[in-house]
Amino acid sequence: MEVLLFGITREITGKQKLTIPEEQAVDTVGALKNWLAQQYPAISQLKSLAVAVDSEYADDHQRLNRQSEIALIPPVSGG
Amino acid sequence: MLIKLVEHIDLNEAYSFLRTTEAGAINFFVGTVRNHAQGKQVVRLDFEAYDAMALKEMEKIAQHAQNKWPLYNVAVIHATGAKDPGEPVVVIGVSSAHRDASFEACRFIIDELKKTVPIWKKEFYEDNSVWVNAHP
Repeated sequence: MEVLLFGITREITGKQKLTIPEEQAVDTVGALKNWLAQQYPAISQLKSLAVAVDSEYADDHQRLNRQSEIALIPPVSGG
Repeated sequence: MLIKLVEHIDLNEAYSFLRTTEAGAINFFVGTVRNHAQGKQVVRLDFEAYDAMALKEMEKIAQHAQNKWPLYNVAVIHATGAKDPGEPVVVIGVSSAHRDASFEACRFIIDELKKTVPIWKKEFYEDNSVWVNAHP
């Protein structure tokens, strides 16, 4: 499963996009956040972290699958 | 509605789009690059967007404003890429029959944009840089 990265999440991970191994059983937004916090502790220090599924904000219960476009949304600062 | 991400903001584009003989008021908010932040000199800002989602969220906000106030039309244009102090980075434009609606809707749209639209800015100072708003 691939996860798009933007802003500071690209710098924290040092990657343009994350690939999560299938065997990790990261099958919900909440599970993805937990996995990220373990892999990249600096992500837990952000003011907030949202996840978008198919370019819509998703809550922690939302299920993830390989067909979805998944993205991390660190605190926004447009305008 | 005119909803766009662009390299360079063109105010005339928004104005031409909003002009109508029915409107008695057109309101604009233009956000620009400030040359200082946290007591430091800002030399440049870099804006990055999750394009597909940013456009969707901008459209939702514009639609919400159209439902809430009697507006003729709405323009929401945000720039991406590197911007120098003084350059425009966002323009919100609203047309309505009377000025109260366009003033209020314009304020609402920029306030909501800052909360939900997935766009990020990195502030460059003379000696370092930070992603704005990233940390508590």
